Amino acid sequence: MSAWLDFEKPVLELEQKIQNLREKAGASGGAALELAELERRAESLRREVYANLTAYQRVQLAKHPQRPYTLDYVERCFTDWTELHGDRHFADDPAIVSGLAMIDQRPVLLIGHQKGRGTKENLMRRFGMPNPEGYRKALRLMQLAERFQVPVVTLVDTPGAYPGLGAEERGQAEAIAVNLREMAKLSVPIITVVIGEGGSGGALAIAVSDVVLMFENSVYSVISPEGCAAILWRDGKKGPLAAEALKLTAPDLERLGVIEGIVPEPVGGAHRDPAAAAEALKKAILRHLDALSGVSPSERMDRRLARFRRMGVYRENPA
Amino acid sequence: MSWLKRERTGIKAAKKPARSDVPEGLWTKCESCGEALFQSVLEENLWTCPHCQHHFRVPARTFLQYLVDEGSFEERDANLEAGDPLEFRDAKMRYPDRLALARQETGMKDAALSGVARVGDKPVALTIMDFFFMGGSMGSVVGEKVARSIETAMAERRALILVSATGGARMQEGILSLMQMAKTSALLARLQRERLPFISILTDPSTAGVLASYASLGDVILAEPRALVGFAGARVIRQTIGEDLPPGFQRAEFVLEKGFVDRIVHRKQIREEVSRLLEFFWRSTRGFAREGGKSPHAELPARAALDLGPAADSVTR
Ligand SMILES: [Zn+2]
Ligand SMILES: [Zn+2]
Repeated sequence: MSAWLDFEKPVLELEQKIQNLREKAGASGGAALELAELERRAESLRREVYANLTAYQRVQLAKHPQRPYTLDYVERCFTDWTELHGDRHFADDPAIVSGLAMIDQRPVLLIGHQKGRGTKENLMRRFGMPNPEGYRKALRLMQLAERFQVPVVTLVDTPGAYPGLGAEERGQAEAIAVNLREMAKLSVPIITVVIGEGGSGGALAIAVSDVVLMFENSVYSVISPEGCAAILWRDGKKGPLAAEALKLTAPDLERLGVIEGIVPEPVGGAHRDPAAAAEALKKAILRHLDALSGVSPSERMDRRLARFRRMGVYRENPA
Repeated sequence: MSWLKRERTGIKAAKKPARSDVPEGLWTKCESCGEALFQSVLEENLWTCPHCQHHFRVPARTFLQYLVDEGSFEERDANLEAGDPLEFRDAKMRYPDRLALARQETGMKDAALSGVARVGDKPVALTIMDFFFMGGSMGSVVGEKVARSIETAMAERRALILVSATGGARMQEGILSLMQMAKTSALLARLQRERLPFISILTDPSTAGVLASYASLGDVILAEPRALVGFAGARVIRQTIGEDLPPGFQRAEFVLEKGFVDRIVHRKQIREEVSRLLEFFWRSTRGFAREGGKSPHAELPARAALDLGPAADSVTR
C-alpha cells in the first residue's frame, strides 16, 4: 500500500506542482502570484476531496500506513510513560501496549492496540491483532487502575482479534468475553477513542467504556467490509459496497447513538498533521475526564450499564 | 401448543427449507456416518444418530422440549421484532425481506426463544438460540431477549440458562449487533452480584461474537458432543497461519481439553445434567435465596428429597 490513496492523487499532483515551482523560483522570489493561486486551488481541492469521503475512503484513511498509532499519541499527548508488560500467565502481547502515564499532570492508565511500522514490526505486533494475552494484560492493568482509583484511557486501532491456532487454543473468545463483563465492574472512569480501525470484538474488548469517541476518519464495525462482502456479496472485492452498507463511519455511529462524539482530524487525515491530531485528542480526553470525575463511582457504573443496555433497535408488537 | 404440534414444528424446521414438505417415514442420511435413518428413529433419539451419536442441529423449540420439565414453559418477550436501523441491503435483497423469508422458513420472529420454565423442578429463565433463523445470528432482538432473561433471572430469583446455536453477530445490524455483546456481558456483571447460577449450553455451532460474550461467561459451561466451538472461522485461521489445522480443531472435545468448557453432555442427558447442577445451587442457596434471605419460591422445597446421586460419565464417544 503506497502512502497515497487513489482518491488523493489530484491533491498530490497539485502539491507536487507547487513544490516544483517553489524550488524553481528559489531565491529569485518570482512566481509569487502564481504560487499563491496554486495554493488557493490546492486548499479548495483538499476541502472538496476530504469533505465528501465515501465510507470506503474513510476505511482506507483509517488503515493508512502513515496514520499515527497509539505510541505516537503516547509521545505527543502524555508524559511519564511507563509501559508495563505481560498477562502473568503466558506471554506479553505486543499488539496491545499498556502502562502508566500522565496527561496534563493527571495520572491515567493507558491501553491501546499497537500496529507496527514496516514489515518487521508489523509481524512482531501482528498488525495490531491481539492474542488472548493482550486482552488479559489489558484487564490486569484495568484492575490495577481500579485499586488505585486511576482513570482508564483506551485507544482502539485493530483489524480485529488475531485469528490464530494458538489464540483459539488459549481462549480468544473467553478473553474477550471476560473483558466485556469485567469492564462493566470498574468504578473508575473509562474513556475510549477509536483512533483508526475499530475491528469488531477485538476492539470492543477494551471499549466497554463510559465515553466512546471516534476520530473523524476512523471506522468501527462488526465485520471488515471485505469479510462482509465475501459473505453477503460472495465477492471480497465488493468491500466498498459493504462499507457503505455497514454504516461504520464516525458520523454513522454518532447517528446510531453508539458514540458520544467525534474528534476532528486535520484536513487530509491525522497523518497529514499528527501534531494537530494529537492536540485534538488530548483536548477531548481532558474534557471528558473532567466531566466523568464529577460523577460518583456507583453512578458512573449505573450509567455505563445503561449506556449499553439501551443499544439496539427493535419493535415490540402486541401479539 | 400440543406436544404433537411442537414436535412437528421441530421436524419441519430441522431440515433444509426446500425439503420441509417431505412426508414422514422417509429416510434421512446421517450427516456424519452416512447411515440411513428413519425420521421416527431420529425423533426417538432426540435427533442424535443411534449409530455414531452425531447430534443434528435442532430448532429452539425442539431443544426446549429436551431441556425443560414438560408443560412448565411460559414464553416471554415473544413479540420482539427486528428493525432495520441501517436500511441494509446486500447483493440480493433488503434486510427486511431476508427477515421475512427467515420467518416464513422457521415460524420464528427472530433467532431466539425466551421464557421461564422449570428444570428438575427448579425455576429458570432461559433463552435458546435458533440456528435455522439466519444462522442463529445475534442482532438487537437476540441481544434484547438475552438481556431480558438475565433481568428476569435477577428479578424473580431464577437460574439463568442460555443455549447457543449461532454463527455470530448479525452483519445486517452492523455496529448495533456488536453492541449486543457488551449489553449482555455488562448485565452478566450484575448477575454475578446475585448468587444465581448461570448455565451456558453450547450446541453446534457456538462461535464468534456470541462465544466472545455471554456464551463463554457461564458459571458452568456445557457443550454437546462434537459441537463447533470457536472464535474465528477455520478458513480464516488457515489463511492467516498458512498451515493445516489439527484434527478435531474447535470441536467441543478440543475445547474441553483446552479448558474452556466444563463438561460435554449428550443431548439425552441434558435435562438430568442441568437438573443435577441446579439441585446443587438450589441447596447451597436454600432455594436461590438472597444471602441471609428467604427463598421466594415457597411452592418448591428448598431441600429436595432426592439424593443428588453420582454424576454419570456424560461424555459419549
Ligand atoms: Zn451417524
Ligand atoms: Zn468423561
